[in-house]
Amino acid sequence: MKTFTTLTGVAAPLPMANVDTDKIIAARFLKTIKRSGLGKNLFADMRYKADGSENPDFVLNQEPYRHAEILIAYENFGCGSSREHAPWALLDFGIRCVIAPDFADIFHNNSFKNGILPIKLPREICEQLMADAKMGANARISIDLERQVVVRPNGEEIPFDVDPFRKHCLLNGLDDIGQTLQHAPAIDDYEAQRRAAAPWLFA
Amino acid sequence: MATKPRTLFDKIWDAHVVDRLEDGTTLLYIDRHLIHEVTSPQAFEGLRAAGRKLRRPDATIGVVDHNVPTSADRLTAVNEPESALQIATLEQNVVEFGVPYIPLDDVRQGIVHVIGPEQGLSLPGMTLVCGDSHTSTHGALGALAFGIGTSEVEHVMATQTLLQKPAKNMRVTVNGTLPAGCTAKDIVLAIIGKIGTAGGTGHVIEFAGEAIRALDMAGRMTVCNMSIEAGARAGMVAPDQTTFDYVKGRPFAPKGEAWDKAVAWWSSLPSDADAVFDKEVELDAATIVPQVTWGTSPEDVLPITATVPDPASATDETRRAQMQRMVDYMGLIPGQKLTDVKVDVVFIGSCTNSRIEDVRAAAAIAQGRKVAPGVRAMVVPGSGLVKRQAEEEGLDKILLEAGFEWREAGCSMCLGMNPDKLTPGQRCASTSNRNFEGRQGPGGRTHLLSPAMAAAAAVTGHLADVREFPLSSRG
Ligand code: SF4
Repeated sequence: MKTFTTLTGVAAPLPMANVDTDKIIAARFLKTIKRSGLGKNLFADMRYKADGSENPDFVLNQEPYRHAEILIAYENFGCGSSREHAPWALLDFGIRCVIAPDFADIFHNNSFKNGILPIKLPREICEQLMADAKMGANARISIDLERQVVVRPNGEEIPFDVDPFRKHCLLNGLDDIGQTLQHAPAIDDYEAQRRAAAPWLFA
Repeated sequence: MATKPRTLFDKIWDAHVVDRLEDGTTLLYIDRHLIHEVTSPQAFEGLRAAGRKLRRPDATIGVVDHNVPTSADRLTAVNEPESALQIATLEQNVVEFGVPYIPLDDVRQGIVHVIGPEQGLSLPGMTLVCGDSHTSTHGALGALAFGIGTSEVEHVMATQTLLQKPAKNMRVTVNGTLPAGCTAKDIVLAIIGKIGTAGGTGHVIEFAGEAIRALDMAGRMTVCNMSIEAGARAGMVAPDQTTFDYVKGRPFAPKGEAWDKAVAWWSSLPSDADAVFDKEVELDAATIVPQVTWGTSPEDVLPITATVPDPASATDETRRAQMQRMVDYMGLIPGQKLTDVKVDVVFIGSCTNSRIEDVRAAAAIAQGRKVAPGVRAMVVPGSGLVKRQAEEEGLDKILLEAGFEWREAGCSMCLGMNPDKLTPGQRCASTSNRNFEGRQGPGGRTHLLSPAMAAAAAVTGHLADVREFPLSSRG
């Protein structure tokens, strides 16, 4: 996993609530056995017209947002399915951070596991950042994960919360599995005790 | 020593704690892992790349469901190449990693959330996960069951555990008796309408109350299935005699002495009487009217007797814009009666409503009637075993006679991923769980409702109030 320390970039405004995972990456694009290559179909139904050409009204088809690394949206971002293809598609497009008032649980989880930082900020602040984002290339937003602040184009710093374990993993690009395997003896012990208590769960 | 009163969720959680990390994260043991073709290939690839093994193949089972065609000739016809690749990849992976697998030509094949309970793979008191959000379905058995992403699928494969923070407890109590014509689907749609699609975020919902107790297991599965649509991490119903009667004798259920031991433990799981929930919601079942969604989020649901809402009535600008977008996308007119909304397609199926009870409910309405001209109506059983049982009961004949299609098991038109899809602008009365834009195919319009309501829409050609349909065969 790529580390996430600081990020300064263009933020794309997506002033919508309940952006579901079907919108982020529709089911017909899940027929892949790879993690990469999904970026071209990110938000496909909003981004492309029926004939496959780009919809010029959609934010990610406009300059400078084609190069956005941050996405600003409203409530309940990422609701719907558990597909990790949603963060994979965002990442493949180049988005490393999503800022919204709140996130659906599974999406929130999946983001961290792919080096995407989801930042929860109150609605009023998201509205300010949305206005900043609409100013385009002149209004780059910065994220400093170590210090847990979002820096607005006017220099104002907005603090945010992040789970310490997840912060540690992002800053160091750590893989969860390797860390869990350090607890292998505890897993062995648990399994032995569980096998005795609930033998029907073991073939 | 007096112990703190605990909820059903707390008890299952506590029984699965392997280790607690310094920051409060729990290493939680996973009893059962269900895998399917869409969310597993990248996880197997990860294991292979890291040279890791699957820790417990015996606790894992694979099946194909999302991509598979549901046509009668599906074993011989040529599948879409990308779907075929995903299926072939799973078939190679289960062999390489030694995972038990239910292939497409096995009568037990079906939607992962239908076959789990059906085979007794999902049991009370278990922790059960699958790379699919509707894993919440299995909570109906009194299990802690939730959907995970592909990185977590890989984590479970390698370690049989997950890193988790405990969820908060929420109880939704549905009191009273459900009126005739209403079903578990109407209960859960009414709950989502009340608490919203983020109403359960961060919580595990325990469904309780007289109306939930009165549901059969199929109904409880329908309710728990859609708890994810209320944003909850999982939904659960405390195990009781209905649960034990359902589980007993299933292929993977405990037998003999192990059965008695299991039931003794399962019987201790219901929430203690004085357990405290972080959030409580109550609903009176008697006030429920058959429900149907009008918008593109499951919370945008109304009684079938209502009219399409007017975006101008919204209290704030964001909501007004959202309603306008939904009304436009759905091709509806504010003020229009919902019963005047014509449908093109009717889909009875999905892990929400494809069990034998659902097929029976649809057949009861279909009997002696005909699908309205111009409507395509399909019934897709949730598993090969549901299909076989329906055929033994003669339900397939009733449905075919009425003009419904009777198909092979799979996810089918629940999501636009296999050949069963809506075309742009088509309107579908669907028993599935998501009415998001494009969910059933790009540009498709979805109205969520119960199987009986869907069948009523099929025979009238428009959304209809099932209470106005006398059943021709009762008893
Ligand atoms: S039936 Fe629909 S919701 Fe259920 S597992 Fe299949 S695609 Fe997912």
